[in-house]
Amino acid sequence: MKATHAVMLAVLLGSTSLAAQASDLTSSTIFSHGYVFEEKTGEALYQGICQGCHMPDARGATGAGTYPALAGNPRLATRQYPMVMVLNGGGAMPSFASSLDDAQISAVVNYVRSHFGNHYTDSVTAAEVKAVRGPSGASGE
Amino acid sequence: MSRMDAPSAMSRRDLLMLIGSVAGSAVSYRAMASMGLVHESNYNGPIKLEGNPRGASVLILGAGLAGMVAAYEMRKAGYKVKVLEYNNRAGGRNWSLRGGDTFTELGGFTQKCEFDKGLYLNPGPWRIPYHHHGVLDYCRRFGVALEPFVQVNYNAMVHSTNAFGGKPQRFREINADFTGHVAELLSKVTSQNKLDANVGKEDQEILLAALKQWGALDKNYRYVGGPESSDKRGYEKPPGGGLNGKPVYSKDIIDFSQLLRSELWASIGAGNGYEFQTTLFEPIGGMGRIGEAFQREVGDLIQFNAKVTKVRQDDKGVTATYIDSRSGGTPKTATADYCLCTIPLSVLSQIEINVNPKMQAAIRAVPYEAAVKVGLQFKRRFWEQDEHIYGGISYTNLPNRIIGYPNTDYHSAGKGVVLGAYAFGPNAYEFTALSPAERVKKAYEYGAMVHPQYRQEFENGVGVGWHRVPWTLGCAGHWTDESRAQHYDNLCQLDNRILLAGEHASYIPAWQEGAVLSSIDAITRLHKRVING
Repeated sequence: MKATHAVMLAVLLGSTSLAAQASDLTSSTIFSHGYVFEEKTGEALYQGICQGCHMPDARGATGAGTYPALAGNPRLATRQYPMVMVLNGGGAMPSFASSLDDAQISAVVNYVRSHFGNHYTDSVTAAEVKAVRGPSGASGE
Repeated sequence: MSRMDAPSAMSRRDLLMLIGSVAGSAVSYRAMASMGLVHESNYNGPIKLEGNPRGASVLILGAGLAGMVAAYEMRKAGYKVKVLEYNNRAGGRNWSLRGGDTFTELGGFTQKCEFDKGLYLNPGPWRIPYHHHGVLDYCRRFGVALEPFVQVNYNAMVHSTNAFGGKPQRFREINADFTGHVAELLSKVTSQNKLDANVGKEDQEILLAALKQWGALDKNYRYVGGPESSDKRGYEKPPGGGLNGKPVYSKDIIDFSQLLRSELWASIGAGNGYEFQTTLFEPIGGMGRIGEAFQREVGDLIQFNAKVTKVRQDDKGVTATYIDSRSGGTPKTATADYCLCTIPLSVLSQIEINVNPKMQAAIRAVPYEAAVKVGLQFKRRFWEQDEHIYGGISYTNLPNRIIGYPNTDYHSAGKGVVLGAYAFGPNAYEFTALSPAERVKKAYEYGAMVHPQYRQEFENGVGVGWHRVPWTLGCAGHWTDESRAQHYDNLCQLDNRILLAGEHASYIPAWQEGAVLSSIDAITRLHKRVING
């Protein structure tokens, strides 16, 4: 499964042109070109990344293990919690510190905390993400 | 090889030519000297667990390759063995989706595979390098028939939407022209004495000979259209028979700058990597044949549809609590003296298990990678019939990343299934986040930009995003140098009566060989403990 990971990485890192690649494609799905995500809005980020595990309705899913629901999840009451999870990961949750920048992380955290029946009014800023990330944290480059 | 082996009358340049030719004797000698398996792998042939375990029992969690290697070997060594498996089949990630199969991923999205009989997608592993001696040895012992997996196909495509107007190029031509231009450039600077500070005069002579051969340069050390380059990149009109047989040499060498900027050079090196060097294998009929073979051997030991919810050890033994993975219901327990746990860490990190804090931390320290595979069935094998691509892989900068052609049933008049997408990283997340039908649609749309025949010939497909796979929650354990340094040894230690195994407990992550070698190492240590007390 690991397959051509290293090779692909080389291809991707070498790829700088962002020319439109598929004018005949019919859906609005964003496919990123390299090893960082190109989705910008909270909604696009959620639909491009999060819903793979947490599901389109944010209700999570259970098999041998569980992806927790984000809809109605009391842990989201603390705005730093989802921010730290996205940055650092934990257990089955991967870290997105190197593939999302500060603005993207704040956008997706704020999106999740204000959708799917969540109505938190406070938000996370990119500056806060940067602060939590720390000086050694990858910036998404 | 030693220079002493060379006949003294032979110049070094001649020797180099000889070695570079198909089978120089010095190369052969070295190859023969290094053929023993022990020099290449820490697999030393079938494991021998000597000594009487005196009725000791072991509970194995997970019936993937790691779990079944352990079940097979430990029963043979005299242990009482029981295996708990979440799925209703053995094999785990060793898995082939075949026509008629149904797969329900997390979220309840269900796909029915509509491939024709005999056609399949390997959503997980699909190739076995020749030096994965452990996996290959179990194939040999269990009678799993193998066929070559074609990693490098010189007639397959390399494609970029940013180069050559989006027109796919032949691997052969890109490869020949890239090495040819580099060889010519290097031979130029060598002849201009610009390497004098770095390379001795005598070595420069050898270097020139090497470049000439490697790069298919002409007698003047130029990479140009002609017999030398045509012999590598192909002909405008290849040699034939009879009156019309005279070849026309290739003239359309790709401009070096255009070639560099195309970035297609990045797509020609995969087969040079240790894990991708010829020969690779695949089981005839799908990778899942290995899991099926193991199931024939140890299926009687496996409790299927068992979802483990808790693992507890004390000074007397280990007890696993489990429920029916389909219906839930009343928890049951299974008890043994020892436990080999092969549950993926993405899942195990959510199960209550009383191991030491360092092992707990290690279990939580390994996130699981995203990966996606999409299989597409076509009405006819147009890649063979129209383009003479027999097996192997085409590469593209599109999100589907590759197109893998079937390495079997060549010239079959029937349908064929290609691997239409195989992505890691962001594209794998993005594919996984789509519905299965959308995954197939995207793989189809992107693939059609490489092979326009898609539009006439496509029939159906299946797409698996590994983060949606209910029993693994991801493709494979993702270690970093830092996490290995901090956690790997703690993960692999025997903790009283519990020991972990699987690809995640190996230095060959995501490969079946990692699971096999991890299991063999684990049961060897466990057995030693049992025998020695």
